[in-house]
Amino acid sequence: MARNLIELHGITNRFGTQTVHEGLDMEVQEGEVFGIVGGSGSGKSVLLRTILGLRRPQAGRVLLEGQDITQMQPEPLRAAKARYGVTFQHGALFSSLTVRENIQLPMIEHLALPPDVLEGLALLKLRLVGLPESALHKYPSQLSGGMVKRAALARALALDPKLLFLDEPTSGLDPISAAAFDDLIAYLQHELSLTVVMITHDLDSIFRTCNRVGVIVDRGMVSADLQHIVDHPHPWIHSYFHGVRASRYLPTTGASHGA
Amino acid sequence: MVGSFTCSACDTPLQTGPADINPTGAESSAPLQLQRSGANATLLLQGEWVAARAAQISAALAAADLGGVTHLTLDAQAAQPLDLAGGWLLHHYLQSPACAGLRLDFAGEVPDSLRVVRQTLAESTPHDVEDKHGDDPNPVAIIGKRALVRLQALREGLAFVGQVAVTLARACRSLRRLRVTSIVRHVWDTGITAVPIVSLIAFLISVIIAYLSASQLRDFGADIFVVDLITVGVLRELGVLLTAIIVAGRSGSAFAAEIGAMKLNEEVDALDAAGVDATETLILPRIIGLTIALPLLTFIADMVGLAGGALLCHELLDMPLQQFINRSAGAIAHTTFWVGIWKAPVFAILIALSGCYRGLQVRGSSRDLGRLTTSAVVQSIFLVLLADALFAILFMEIDV
Repeated sequence: MARNLIELHGITNRFGTQTVHEGLDMEVQEGEVFGIVGGSGSGKSVLLRTILGLRRPQAGRVLLEGQDITQMQPEPLRAAKARYGVTFQHGALFSSLTVRENIQLPMIEHLALPPDVLEGLALLKLRLVGLPESALHKYPSQLSGGMVKRAALARALALDPKLLFLDEPTSGLDPISAAAFDDLIAYLQHELSLTVVMITHDLDSIFRTCNRVGVIVDRGMVSADLQHIVDHPHPWIHSYFHGVRASRYLPTTGASHGA
Repeated sequence: MVGSFTCSACDTPLQTGPADINPTGAESSAPLQLQRSGANATLLLQGEWVAARAAQISAALAAADLGGVTHLTLDAQAAQPLDLAGGWLLHHYLQSPACAGLRLDFAGEVPDSLRVVRQTLAESTPHDVEDKHGDDPNPVAIIGKRALVRLQALREGLAFVGQVAVTLARACRSLRRLRVTSIVRHVWDTGITAVPIVSLIAFLISVIIAYLSASQLRDFGADIFVVDLITVGVLRELGVLLTAIIVAGRSGSAFAAEIGAMKLNEEVDALDAAGVDATETLILPRIIGLTIALPLLTFIADMVGLAGGALLCHELLDMPLQQFINRSAGAIAHTTFWVGIWKAPVFAILIALSGCYRGLQVRGSSRDLGRLTTSAVVQSIFLVLLADALFAILFMEIDV
């Protein structure tokens, strides 16, 4: 029985008078790939920021490996943050550092490593995400969009986290690069026994990599296994998984599927 | 943790006894034990093989003596967790000369992380041949290259000034292209919001001149000339100069940072791509706005400076206000005030040009942004002072 690595209980996020989440619950089990889906403005990124401890919710608890990060002191919180990797939507590589320095930065900050180990590990992480060695000495502005995403993933993996958060990992990539990136995530997830939480709009990604999906609707979350979520009766979820773009993933026998 | 004599997982006989590489004890925290029997050896990994313990692990691996060993058995089953960093350290060690020519076996499975590391590093990646051209060691060549870079920079700067001039000439033909709204915004940002600080500094400057000159001139009984010094100093030089320096710090940096951030965000390219002239929309309004604002600020600085001078003469020298006015009217020629004011638009153009130019040079990184913002401020203050020196010579020659 897999344990829950992440548990959210009764999360409420409010901006002024606008309530984004209200009483939202979410669970992520160890070893799964959990996809977060939702319409634009439904608060996917806000939810991610809440889980990462970048934002304190107005109400509710965020448990990471059993610890409530909303109640943690700054010092233990920093240590906890070193245990998970994050990639941001636009990469968020440090633009004044080379790729090598970007990957090494978390290691230098959190660990005392000898220089040769630092070099070796940076190269390993770079190769792990499928980048050529020549990318080490490049600046983020010299990389293509796909390479930026991969470099950001290498940085997220710098400290060998068990838990990985990806914010729209395939947005802005061409279908071939996006598929390759999905495969990379699946490969790393399997080989490194990672638990992955990803926000995505990409139906390809969902069907290729996710075990379970959580949909943010009506300020709460509906989550289920991939096979079951597609048959959920909620109108938004239904149209999301049964729209024109989604039709090729589903068996055409369902009554829900017209013409 | 792992007792060195009771290791049941090892399939190598232990008759000769374990040769703990950490004989001082504390084997529970040692990352590995080497157990040797003749030409066979077992490397028993234990504890946490993670990046946090890399220094310790490297030291222990380096200390492991494999002399005379031909067959090494690796037992990593007690190493938990063994993450990628641990796997890399192990891989690195197995590739090192110490392990060259050894026959290697694993007790149990090959550790996952070692397998991943091997797989990752074995894959051939596209090597783009990109030899780093080392810097030419020839000093003459270095000087030549630097000179060429400077020359190129000078040409680019001139080209920028030319482009702005051409755009200005074109924009002047229609009101719509002058973007009045934008100009008004920049007059507000660079002018109106700067009034308090400019006034304060103008006042402080007249305090400084008044005190300095009063203490010097009192010895000669020439107190009355304090008024001349304040009036001429503030109107002709200090009012406009200090205002320009403050504005260079406030607005020159703001121009460079705003435009630089837009460059980083590809907003400038977006304008260009939409067929909108970035020079016309971003740079002209800033230059025109500042050219309007700086003379107005200078006027305010002049007035506050004179008022401060009058107040201080009253306090320091017991001089009535009327006498201050009479004396200062006598001290200045009718051109003194205009000499100061006319310098303001020139300074404004210099400040706005260098701020915008440096902003447009930002490429790629946030560090560039900081560097070029700094350089915008330094350059504009330098240009202002240089221009002021040239003005001083010019006005002397034409006798105004």
